[in-house]
Amino acid sequence: MATKGKVVGIIANLVIVEADGPVSQNEICFIKMPGVDLMAEVIKIIGKKAYTQVFESTRGLKVGTDAEFMSHMLEVTLGPGILSRNYDGLQNDLDKMKGVFLKRGDYTAPLNDDAEWEFTQIAKVGDKVEAGSWLGEVLEGWMPHKIMVPFKFEGNFTVKSIVANGTYKTKDVVAVVTDESGKDHEVTMMQKWPVKVPIKAYNNKPRPFKIMETGVRTMDTLNPLAEGGTGFIPGPFGAGKTVLQHAVSQQAEADMIIVTACGERANEVVEIFTEFPELVDPRTGRKLMERTTIICNTSNMPVAAREASVYTGMTIAEYYRAMGLKVLLLADSTSRWAQALREMSNRMEELPGPDAFPMDLPAIISNFYARAGFVYLNQMKADGKEAESGSITFLGTVSPAGGNLKEPVTESTKKAARCFYALNQDRADSKRYPAIDPIDSYSKYLEYPEIQEYLKKTIAEDWVSNVTLVKDYLLKGKEASEQINILGDDGVPIDYHLKYWKAEVIDFVFLQQDAFDDIDKSTSLERQKFMLAQVLAVYNTDFKFDSFEEVNPYFKSIINTFKQMNYSEYESEKFNGYLKEIETKINERKAV
Amino acid sequence: METTAFQKIYTKITQITKATCSLKATGIGYEEIATVNGRLAQVVKIQGDDVTLQIFSGTEGIPTNAEVIFMGKAPSLKVGEELAGRFFNAYGYPIDGGPAVEGKEVEIGGPSVNPVRRKQPSDIIPTGIAGIDLNNTLVTGQKIPFFADPDQPFNQVMAEVALRAKADKIILGGMGLSNDDYLFFKNVFDNAGALDRIISFINTTEDPPVERLLVPDMALTTAEYFAHEKNEKVLVLLTDMTLYADALSIVSNRMDQIPSKDSMPGSLYSDLAKIYEKAVQFPEGGSITIIAVTTLSGGDITHAIPDNTGYITEGQLFLRRDTDIGKVIIDPFRSLSRLKQLVIGKQTREDHPQVMNAAIRIFADAANAKTKLENGFDLNDYDERTLKFAKGYSNDLLAIDVNVDIDAMLDTGWRLFGENFEKAELGIKDELVKKYWPKK
Repeated sequence: MATKGKVVGIIANLVIVEADGPVSQNEICFIKMPGVDLMAEVIKIIGKKAYTQVFESTRGLKVGTDAEFMSHMLEVTLGPGILSRNYDGLQNDLDKMKGVFLKRGDYTAPLNDDAEWEFTQIAKVGDKVEAGSWLGEVLEGWMPHKIMVPFKFEGNFTVKSIVANGTYKTKDVVAVVTDESGKDHEVTMMQKWPVKVPIKAYNNKPRPFKIMETGVRTMDTLNPLAEGGTGFIPGPFGAGKTVLQHAVSQQAEADMIIVTACGERANEVVEIFTEFPELVDPRTGRKLMERTTIICNTSNMPVAAREASVYTGMTIAEYYRAMGLKVLLLADSTSRWAQALREMSNRMEELPGPDAFPMDLPAIISNFYARAGFVYLNQMKADGKEAESGSITFLGTVSPAGGNLKEPVTESTKKAARCFYALNQDRADSKRYPAIDPIDSYSKYLEYPEIQEYLKKTIAEDWVSNVTLVKDYLLKGKEASEQINILGDDGVPIDYHLKYWKAEVIDFVFLQQDAFDDIDKSTSLERQKFMLAQVLAVYNTDFKFDSFEEVNPYFKSIINTFKQMNYSEYESEKFNGYLKEIETKINERKAV
Repeated sequence: METTAFQKIYTKITQITKATCSLKATGIGYEEIATVNGRLAQVVKIQGDDVTLQIFSGTEGIPTNAEVIFMGKAPSLKVGEELAGRFFNAYGYPIDGGPAVEGKEVEIGGPSVNPVRRKQPSDIIPTGIAGIDLNNTLVTGQKIPFFADPDQPFNQVMAEVALRAKADKIILGGMGLSNDDYLFFKNVFDNAGALDRIISFINTTEDPPVERLLVPDMALTTAEYFAHEKNEKVLVLLTDMTLYADALSIVSNRMDQIPSKDSMPGSLYSDLAKIYEKAVQFPEGGSITIIAVTTLSGGDITHAIPDNTGYITEGQLFLRRDTDIGKVIIDPFRSLSRLKQLVIGKQTREDHPQVMNAAIRIFADAANAKTKLENGFDLNDYDERTLKFAKGYSNDLLAIDVNVDIDAMLDTGWRLFGENFEKAELGIKDELVKKYWPKK
């Protein structure tokens, strides 16, 4: 018997329900307004009173309205058909909704029950399996989508039967597995999982040991994001967080991208809706939308569903990771999620922490970031020797109030994420995009011996030491610039000007990147390696200048030619032409 | 609001604060409106049979035996073609002496547009002001505020932009508008012969502050009617959103909510987003564009109001007085239009993006040169030239009194480059330099 209840209090979207039976924390309940059911989640229980946050507007709701508890937590539906979909924060399919305006209580199915899938067996009758084991696969677009033993299944099972290769619908039984007590369980292509619980159906989670290419030079070279790693981008508004995240979502070397638009602008999501079906992924030649799923809870959509949206995104990512895929999860912006927590905590009259955020904010954030990672699955490769692997790389943005990085969300995230891409207002003001501060930002992964080894092997033996050099040079350039500003152009030796301008070459040529230029927007690692060598060559050249006044125009012209190079196809005639031009310019000024 | 038969009248108020009153009542819907001795109020909290009402015009003089009548509906507005050319107060009642408007009654503050049903904004809104068109191009369906100190002429610039924008309807939402400014808008629109395209919802400084909270919803409900049902291009002007946010904080304070940064309610972001996100481009051609004003205190954009606004809106226009030319300019550093990438170089000339960036970069160099000069250092030749460029750039392009088309703005840009710099100093693509570099 499901627990029922009656509404006894309403404060905005906090609705108090008096229940007639057992209720559990985070249980879902429906409030039965005439003609429309409102979904809500239990967030606090005192005696018989369950405090619920309603995922919709409560306008018109009356005391005495019936409520029904569902005896499960907020769940997502997992199965083939998630790829390329546009969901809201509660995994309702936005395209299935009728009308231009969102209707309250309009819940649409995330999967298509009628869709037919071409099923191919992987497991055989008699195989020992457990939660997450691959039973078979269907082709979801281009992607081999594994049909797995549901994650909710605990213990060891034996495959009793499995259907023959052929066409089946999402809810058809494709296999029967027997548990240790001899009981049979049917498996369909669809399963459900509560979003706030991590999916642990893997063998182990090693430290990340390779990097994930994003095509963004200042990230890949200076502060690489590891595959299975975590990073965050804090920055004041207008510093280019979203443009940067979009660039990463377009170019990153991942099998699947999940974009979670969490409490941000609708027009930014519309940009993805409009462009991704057109843009081509250069690595595969397929349209970007074919590897993307969008979870969209824009800032004007109900606040409580905003909190759910990041968990929905993470759970879907975990599902695809269990299939052995490389998943990149982006969330813009995690601050809006934290604000949603704050609004609820405030309505529940909890004692506030710093800036009125809930006290457990740091814990909530680190638990969430901890769900990312590279994992070895229980599933073995076909040869039976090695385990299959999958990964979730997570990149979130943070919108610090007033651009001040000493606020609770940024500070909590800094403790949880391993890459820190600080966007700098001054860089943004002078249009030095991407505005990632090369000095304040860091990637902890660069210190991992595994990653260092990987970089040495895949790029170059001296790569890591070169990257460290570049960082030093940039710092020296900054110091020189400060000295020049304090002492005046003629108050410092020419050497200072050289240091400053050589660092400017690195900045303008390598760090700055035009996200709106077809060629410059994405740079392969090979090209990054080549360009880094070029700017380092400039840095290591001994130049001869008679006065500081010659320094500025000379380097301006070097930068200008390098920029033309960035705008040209790699190794094209034009590209090589500019390279020659630079060589000539260097030789003109080289000290003998 | 007249009473109808069978409405229950309550006369026992149990609690009165500065902005709210509570009473025992049953069968009341959340956010329902009511009248308390004729004053409009809205349900903000229900606990059991305790109902708390927020009275928009304040509770001064409300007795414990006041007559409370519940209307059984959320705040609403009658919409129709007749709204055009009319002036209303925050409740949607005419203040121009005209008759009440007949039409379809719609609840204000309705649901949002399904994001997959939106169209990507793609139509440029030329204003003739180079600080906007060249550096911060506006697009239909965009939401953008002016960030300005109270002494700056933001209302004038906004009125100018509104009139040049060629919108089918202009909706003015005035919050805490001084009577003088209200009359200013009325005169400007009247003189331009545009009064029949204007609809105004006005809350002046003489009106109670909490009433302001209704103004944006009134204005945007009207906008949705014209943009969605009539496929018109609608421009909504909201001034001043800082006073709106102040009213929010008054209410949350009286509801005993824990304030977050700068004494603002923790829900400020969501409250503002609900308004600004009504800006939309509909696939059928109608659009809602929002231009707002957020006044700053001493240019501080880290205050919670401009800060949250900046995270919601698609850019901001920053007004600043440039002492070198003695005019107000649109600051190219702090201003931004996020949607400009959708149109510049596409609906405008191909050299637009690069000219814009090069000019701003040099302007930044000029600012550094100025600092150097103030610190008593000699300027080098390049510094001198950037300063010369900056003066011309401010005067001929950034000043708000400029009114030319975009091609002319770009030509002016190239002229200034040619007068002061060598080609290689610009970092612009060679092909463009070849094509547009001014011939001596």
